[in-house]
Amino acid sequence: MQNIIKECGIIKNYRYLFKILSVGLAAGFFNGLFGSGGGTIIVPAMVFLLDVKEQKAHATAIAVILPLSIISSYIYFKHNLIDWRLTMNVVFGSMAGAYIGAKILNKFSAGMLRKIFGAFMILSAIRMVF
Amino acid sequence: MLIFIVSILSGIISGMGIGGGTILIPVLILTSGISQQIAQSVNLISFIPTASIALITHIKNGNIEKKLLFKLIAAGILGAVLGSILASYISSAILRKMFAIFLFCIGVYEICCKKK
Repeated sequence: MQNIIKECGIIKNYRYLFKILSVGLAAGFFNGLFGSGGGTIIVPAMVFLLDVKEQKAHATAIAVILPLSIISSYIYFKHNLIDWRLTMNVVFGSMAGAYIGAKILNKFSAGMLRKIFGAFMILSAIRMVF
Repeated sequence: MLIFIVSILSGIISGMGIGGGTILIPVLILTSGISQQIAQSVNLISFIPTASIALITHIKNGNIEKKLLFKLIAAGILGAVLGSILASYISSAILRKMFAIFLFCIGVYEICCKKK
């Protein structure tokens, strides 16, 4: 009986490990393929599949996506797919923006913003195909 | 100048935790004539400094789930290498259409599934 319980525990552990590795693999793959969206995949995946709390999931997502983005950037660099001038403009702009964003975070409803940007994403997706 | 304004906006958005890249890439594509891959590399690289700064704060606050971290990174590295190599071999036009489908799904998810 104890052996059966023990074996169930081991199978459960393997299943959980399999889930972790699949989530990591998918996040890395899409982040590399589309240059974005790794966090958008990994945060809900951690919350729903791996039982991580929302706040911790956000922080852990950054810690995971950061090294993956560095590796992907290196591969894009090796294939000459980088426009440094444009990139530097965006780096400085988005750093300023991130600072402002962190300051005004509490002044706007994130729910409303999500809906606006969700609509924007759908519209630009349609525009990109046609 | 337009690009600078757009990147400030996308920085604000990612600072609020909504994900700036999914906004930045389509705007770059639709406003300047660059290839899909170049727009994606801009986002990958500009994520590095901003994420590093955010990460320091998260480590200090002890919000990182360390038990999962290394397994996620290990599997993620394999995925990242496969995804990036694939991206560099697909034509910009096809990658753009694939990205558009991905973007559409995220947009629907943001509107329908998130309550907060």
